Amino acid sequence: MIEVKNVSFTYPNGVEALHEVSLTIRDGEFVAIMGQNGAGKTTLVKHFNGLLKPTKGEVVVDGVNTKEASVAALSRKVGFVFQNPDHQLFSETVEDEIAFALKNFGFEEDVIKKRVDWALNLLDLKKYRKTSPFMLSGGERKRVALASVLAWDPKAIILDEPTIGQDQNQKDVLQQFIAQLVAQRKTVVIVTHDVEFVAECNPKIVLMADGKILAEGSAKKILTNPHLLAKASIVLPQIAQIFSGLVGLGLPTDVINIHEAEKALLDFMEAKP
Amino acid sequence: MSFFEGLRFRRVSSPIHRLDPRVKFFYVCVLFVITIMFGGTIRKPELLPLIILFFVQVPLVLVAGVKREWIRSMRGAVFLAVFIFVFNFFFQYIYGNYESLPLLLEYSFAMVLRFLVLVESFSIFFLTTSPDHLGLALEQSHVPYEFCFAFTTAVRFVPVLAEEAQTIMDAQKARGLELERGNFIKRIKNYIPLLIPLIVNAIRRSLELAEAMESRAWGATEKRTNLYVLTLKNSDYLLVIISILMLILAVYIRLFLPVPPLTMLLHI
Repeated sequence: MIEVKNVSFTYPNGVEALHEVSLTIRDGEFVAIMGQNGAGKTTLVKHFNGLLKPTKGEVVVDGVNTKEASVAALSRKVGFVFQNPDHQLFSETVEDEIAFALKNFGFEEDVIKKRVDWALNLLDLKKYRKTSPFMLSGGERKRVALASVLAWDPKAIILDEPTIGQDQNQKDVLQQFIAQLVAQRKTVVIVTHDVEFVAECNPKIVLMADGKILAEGSAKKILTNPHLLAKASIVLPQIAQIFSGLVGLGLPTDVINIHEAEKALLDFMEAKP
Repeated sequence: MSFFEGLRFRRVSSPIHRLDPRVKFFYVCVLFVITIMFGGTIRKPELLPLIILFFVQVPLVLVAGVKREWIRSMRGAVFLAVFIFVFNFFFQYIYGNYESLPLLLEYSFAMVLRFLVLVESFSIFFLTTSPDHLGLALEQSHVPYEFCFAFTTAVRFVPVLAEEAQTIMDAQKARGLELERGNFIKRIKNYIPLLIPLIVNAIRRSLELAEAMESRAWGATEKRTNLYVLTLKNSDYLLVIISILMLILAVYIRLFLPVPPLTMLLHI
């Protein structure tokens, strides 16, 4: 779906944000890009829909080189949900907000209607159909922004810092929602440093620091490696910390979330006479 | 974006940067007056003094080390300069209100140069004066503190807003917005999805700023003290003297010496 080949990117002010990055994201894959602030996460994903074009190397999205396509054309395939919903909301009603992109992409009037209904249902926003997006709470605004992207049903969805400013309840909903998208064979990329959230979601992880990719692999492999995480200034998830502390008891060390912990503890108790 | 970069003050230290902003402003005002004094009429244009005024300021740019930014701001003025030239030249040409073509050309160039000298001096002032110093200068010139604060805050938030505008543009492009598409009306309409979030966020931010300031006791006492106080140094007095001498010289030339048109000197 997305192929990044030896990409370097330097901002006009001379800061090199990416250095020789190569990465392949396959169709239907669920990837979390992690790293501390300034590691180049957002710069990298902005290459996925052509908002930034590489200074060196190339990015190929669904067979198209991003240098040869407009942002609008690439966005049809790769939906990008920005960190701050306030950077995109402008319409009078939630309904219009969701229809905006659909109109830009030239959908027929009746298709737009159907898609808007579908997106409102999907994110539980039906009761706000005629409400101004500016009257909604932060979490709801974030959901409107997400709905406005999902409405055109892109093949891949990029979520930039989706958990920031969300309470635990909203995070749980988001997690289930992402699981649904993954089940529908959508390619999902999240950019985050919320290690607990990632541990619960259990995606493939791409770990970044100083504009380079430090490591990639399963969440189990990356999130239980304290040395690697330290290089990216990330701490182990709390569950992994507990299990690495209890390693002397003969418990497994590759446990990262509550679900697995429960299972590991039950197995451990049963094995003991 | 590069346009905003050109306006942004950079914290460097040079003899020009260290000058008192009040003195620099005085210099800009003097230059303004002199520039308005020369230029001449369509029959007797005065290009020469304006050329001198333009080049006299170039060393200041070099000493301040803001050559790149300065060139950028001058390049920004080119469009208006061409406009001024075309207007002066063609209208006088069409009405036949001129003695000879060289004189008309010189007059049009004089008008352009008058504009460029003004832009030049203002750009030197803004490129070498930090917003903080400017606010301080206003305050010490007995402008009410509320106005000084509003002024410096406005100046300081220009780059923040520029950055935010870029993010908003990215977000809307990612939703299929194409700014360059459609006819004239459609193109103007294309900017609505950029302007509304920008304005809404600016208002939200200003309310937050107001709350943050009030919780840090803004306006608690009538008499505020400053961490830094501007004092005039020798170099500042030097610039004041140079400015006054320039003014006297200019007035003297204006009143008692004839300024020949360049075309006459070159026998064209």
